[in-house]
Amino acid sequence: MENLIALLVAAPLVGAALLLCGGTRLDRAGHWIGSLLAVASFAVGVVLFAGMLGRDAGHRALHQHLFSWIPVGGFRADVAFQLDQLSMTFVLLITGVGSLIHIYSIGYMEHDARRRRFFGYLNLFLAAMLLLVLADNYVLLYVGWEGVGLASYLLIGFWQHKPSAATAAKKAFLVNRVGDMGLSIAIMLMFTTFGTFAFGPVLAATGQTSEGKLTAIGLMLLLAACGKSAQVPLQSWLGDAMEGPTPVSALIHAATMVTAGVYLITRSGALFNAAPDAQTAVVAVGAVTLLFGAIVGCAKDDIKKALAGSTMSQIGYMVLAAGLGPVGYAFAIMHLVTHGFFKAGLFLGAGSVMHGMNDEVDMRRYGGLRKYMPVTFVTFGLGYLAIIGFPGLSGFFSKDKIIEAAFARGGTEGWILGGTALLGAAITAFYMTRVMLMTFFGEERWRNAPTPSPDRPSAEPAAETRGEYAPPHPHESPKVMTVPMIVLAVGSVFAGGLFSIGDAFVGWLEPVTSFSHGHSPVSAGVVTAATMVVLVIGVGLAWLMYGRRPVPATAPRGSLLTRAARRDLLQDDFNHVVLVRGGEHLTRTLVYLDHSLVDGAVNGTAAAMGGLSGRLRRLQTGFVRSYAVQMLGGAAVLVAATLLMRGV
Amino acid sequence: MSAFSFPLLTATAALPAIGAVATAAVPAARRTAAKWLALVFSLATLALALLIAARFDPGAKGPFQLTESHAWIRDFGVRYDLGVDGIAVALIALTALLVPFVILAGWHDADPLEGAEPNRRWRPTQGFFALVLAVEAMVVLSFEATDVFLFYLFFEAMLIPMYFLIGGFGDRAGGRGEQQAAAQRSYAAVKFLLYNLAGGLIMLAAVIGLYAATAHQLGAGTFSLPEIVRARASGALQLGTGTERLLFLGFFFAFAVKAPLWPLHTWLPNAMGEATSPVAVLITAVVDKVGTFAMLRFCLQLFPEASRWAAPVILVLALISIVYGALLAVGQRDIKRLIAYASISHFGFIILGIFAMTSQGQGGATLYMVNHGISTAALMLVAGFLISRRGSRLIADFGGVQKVAPVLAGTFLIGGLATLSLPGLAPFVSEFLVLVGTFSRYPVIGIIATTGIVLAALYVLVLYQRTMTGPVKPEVKTMPDLRVRELVVVAPLIALLLFLGVYPKPLTDLVNPAVQHTLSVVDRKDPQPSVPVTAGPGGGGPGRTAQTQDVEAAK
Amino acid sequence: MNPVYYLYLAALLFTIGAAGVLIRRNAIVVFMCIELMLNACNLAFVTFSRMHGNLDGQIIAFFTMVVAAAEVVVGLAIIVSIFRTRHSASVDDASLMKL
Repeated sequence: MENLIALLVAAPLVGAALLLCGGTRLDRAGHWIGSLLAVASFAVGVVLFAGMLGRDAGHRALHQHLFSWIPVGGFRADVAFQLDQLSMTFVLLITGVGSLIHIYSIGYMEHDARRRRFFGYLNLFLAAMLLLVLADNYVLLYVGWEGVGLASYLLIGFWQHKPSAATAAKKAFLVNRVGDMGLSIAIMLMFTTFGTFAFGPVLAATGQTSEGKLTAIGLMLLLAACGKSAQVPLQSWLGDAMEGPTPVSALIHAATMVTAGVYLITRSGALFNAAPDAQTAVVAVGAVTLLFGAIVGCAKDDIKKALAGSTMSQIGYMVLAAGLGPVGYAFAIMHLVTHGFFKAGLFLGAGSVMHGMNDEVDMRRYGGLRKYMPVTFVTFGLGYLAIIGFPGLSGFFSKDKIIEAAFARGGTEGWILGGTALLGAAITAFYMTRVMLMTFFGEERWRNAPTPSPDRPSAEPAAETRGEYAPPHPHESPKVMTVPMIVLAVGSVFAGGLFSIGDAFVGWLEPVTSFSHGHSPVSAGVVTAATMVVLVIGVGLAWLMYGRRPVPATAPRGSLLTRAARRDLLQDDFNHVVLVRGGEHLTRTLVYLDHSLVDGAVNGTAAAMGGLSGRLRRLQTGFVRSYAVQMLGGAAVLVAATLLMRGV
Repeated sequence: MSAFSFPLLTATAALPAIGAVATAAVPAARRTAAKWLALVFSLATLALALLIAARFDPGAKGPFQLTESHAWIRDFGVRYDLGVDGIAVALIALTALLVPFVILAGWHDADPLEGAEPNRRWRPTQGFFALVLAVEAMVVLSFEATDVFLFYLFFEAMLIPMYFLIGGFGDRAGGRGEQQAAAQRSYAAVKFLLYNLAGGLIMLAAVIGLYAATAHQLGAGTFSLPEIVRARASGALQLGTGTERLLFLGFFFAFAVKAPLWPLHTWLPNAMGEATSPVAVLITAVVDKVGTFAMLRFCLQLFPEASRWAAPVILVLALISIVYGALLAVGQRDIKRLIAYASISHFGFIILGIFAMTSQGQGGATLYMVNHGISTAALMLVAGFLISRRGSRLIADFGGVQKVAPVLAGTFLIGGLATLSLPGLAPFVSEFLVLVGTFSRYPVIGIIATTGIVLAALYVLVLYQRTMTGPVKPEVKTMPDLRVRELVVVAPLIALLLFLGVYPKPLTDLVNPAVQHTLSVVDRKDPQPSVPVTAGPGGGGPGRTAQTQDVEAAK
Repeated sequence: MNPVYYLYLAALLFTIGAAGVLIRRNAIVVFMCIELMLNACNLAFVTFSRMHGNLDGQIIAFFTMVVAAAEVVVGLAIIVSIFRTRHSASVDDASLMKL
């Protein structure tokens, strides 16, 4: 059984190698090979899952040691896998959603000349992500961590001929690298503290060291999580990452990769439990991000960027839950899984809409699409209901639990966190309803030529310049695209309920997360009722603003907050002014200094030597008699010196 | 002496030397024959280097193996002493490995200009390949020499062929006038020579000083490294604190110029920028390694106390190199100069690892030497192919290459990713080890050095973005993709980067004993973890037990 | 007679010779002054030989004579050839070996 674990990673890895090195010969079969290997990995996952269910809870974890990777002195990093309940959950999510998105991409990328490479990158991503969740030590996890970063870089920048895509890819990688720095420092701290960085020994030894050290490690892990999961202050890359093809946004920037931070925190749970200060930081980051993302999501007219804001916000929920400790880990992961279903579904729906609308992304150019794309409408609608927490659907179960757990934190903190989470739920309902209304309801704004506006995020400027406007012909996407959407919609509807039957999910993860019940000052019923109330308020508000009134095809100027939110709450402007401009000045100054100061000193020495020898050359007058005087003088000095030395 | 009496080390150094003479002697008209001859000799050298690696036994006792020892200049105690430890074996293998690629990549770099038929006197092609082989011979000998004087001799002598390689052969179309290009080249070559000669002369003074000390205290003067180390350990040779520090600085200065360490680095961007890219590879991947290697072998072992004394200052300089080199790389407009500054940053890491004096740091530094050689070679050679296609080294002259030459762009990206130490590729292993090794003794320096990984991502990705992505520039439109010869050069390097990234164990096994020996000479032990975990490290123990304990702890 | 007087004489001759080399422009005269300095040295050598009672000084005096003879051969030849080309024997005119 253990030996199958490596196969999970190997299958997509082989696919990536084949597709990326295979050359144009594989162009025609590339997408089938890629999808097949993703499904194969899923199948292996299911087999392992079945095997795991067959054993009792205490013996479910599997371990596979492949080979010793870096053995130098006391530093021993191994390539070894650990498959416990937490990893298993991720494996199923990654390979399952991954396979669906592979299949979807067959249709979505049909007309792209570089489809083979696209599938190669997707396979590479799967392999790296599986490595991340299967690793049994932090260094190997780091490999997967950077590997998914690479795959994300390649896929965001897949349409490299667009400068915006290339820039977005670079930005994502760089911001992630800042987070990676945190992870590597955390590993170094573990090594100096414990002499090892394997999960088992490190997490078992957390009781034996000072809290200060654990807090430092925890904060560094949090930095890493912030980078990968787009949490404040390292969230700026996620919005730009929407430059990538939509299946990528669905798989990497919604369902799997961006949740790696939550995995990391949950995996290091024992460590965080022993470092309350670090936990507080985690909770704070989660709370801030869940509001930040939600506010940004309200203002974006680009459908994918609105969904990206939502992703940020939902991961904020998960991080918040993970920061609550044993009370929240299971709920964080549960929300992660349900979010994986409905957010991937929403993105695929958005992709389907774009597919039918000539790649238009501006929701103000949509409207009334439910008639033209019924399947997309229904699946998207189910995803929408799930994410806002409509009773009975997935999001309801998972989000409600997180809000409850937040209140259970107790004291003022509990009230603040619970309140924030509730407010977030209201805003979520608002912006998702807005997306829904602007896309599928209202008048068909795409029939008229767009009025040029400087504010409008123009995805297709060519149409405007051409003079005559040809309206798109919205149509339903092919089966290969709709089937994955339907499967995900089914998941969005039932997953949450299924997990909650007898707390099945919490019980399943118990051996890893050691769940403990919190004592909420507010009863569960009250929380649920409050959630319902804010839900209604959010939806109602959105309906008042976007459902009752026609949506203007050009964005109004909006309030100060709206304008700031459109610009990602000025985070990018800050980055631009402080980091980009500042960095440019710094490098330019350094280049100048290197030339004038460091190299100048060297060249100056050379010039001084040259000048000196020029002076000395003047002594050579050419007159024999002056040479004779010099010789005489020299001889006299020598004699005098000799006599003096003798005398002394 | 082993039973194997064939002088393997001498042969490995002599073969390229013979090859150099033979290549130089090829008649003017038979250029291609000269190229093939050089390639065959370099491949034969590679075979011998692999034989060394095969015969070397990492587990054997004693610092050096495959030793050869002959008296040379009796009056001054100079001996022809050769011997290798694991570090030297790895670096000899690296050198012998890279030279065939350098020769293949520079296949057409030294062809005479159109219309200018070579005559009997003027044979640039033969000269180019002969010089490359000569450099190889001298580098190999300096890795093998265990006699300080012998080492010094080749350390300095390799400047001569390098000078001619830098000054005599440049990129054909510089975009500027040929005259101006020649002036720039000769400036770079003279700068290279003077810088290194200055360092070398200071080292010569220290070498003589060391000899004088041995002659004074041991009766007979000696240059032999093992003998001096033994004498120092037994107390027979005692240097005063001041003397030891002065001698150390004399040695270190020469190696810091060659390595190069901030602020002695300014010759490298000039030399790498003006030389052809195979020669640039030779400079940074092969010749410069002698500097860092010599720090490990001579600075630390001859002067352990002074090394410990100087370590903090050197670490700070190395740290400055890392950050400074990376920042300057970001600000470059010339592809080759960018790679040169990136190399300065990487040499900072190597020196950091060496002087952190932990087994991770020094082991990592040694791996870093090998991995940096391979990754820079890959990046630089692809950059050379790119530059020769466009006839310009300026980043701004490229754009959208990815669309017209995807394989070239792909290999360039992999080279770049190796340069930014992406896990899975070899440089990650070494960089991480260096960082861990530094961190475990000097946490603050380790943390600051970690910013290097962000900066590395910045300069690599900016370079890739500006040259390879975006709209296709009109001048780039007709650019051909990699040719077969070029692919033959790049593919094995990339394969090696992947292999050593996934399975570096053969290399670590080779290097670890040598590093332990060096550390024992310097008398430094690894810092112990504050909470020693009893369970077998490295994920040997099943995670489940730990977690069940967790559960109990939580209750 | 006290040998020291010979030394005084040698010093006097050397000074006259040196002054001549520095002051006179005519190459022949300069040349003769150099000979004078050499002979002053010879005198000093012989005197020292006498004072110390060994032959070293006398041997060196012979060497000096041989060298002086060789020097005359070469030097005069140079002077004559310079005179032939430039019609002047002034040493200041032959100042081409500068900058």
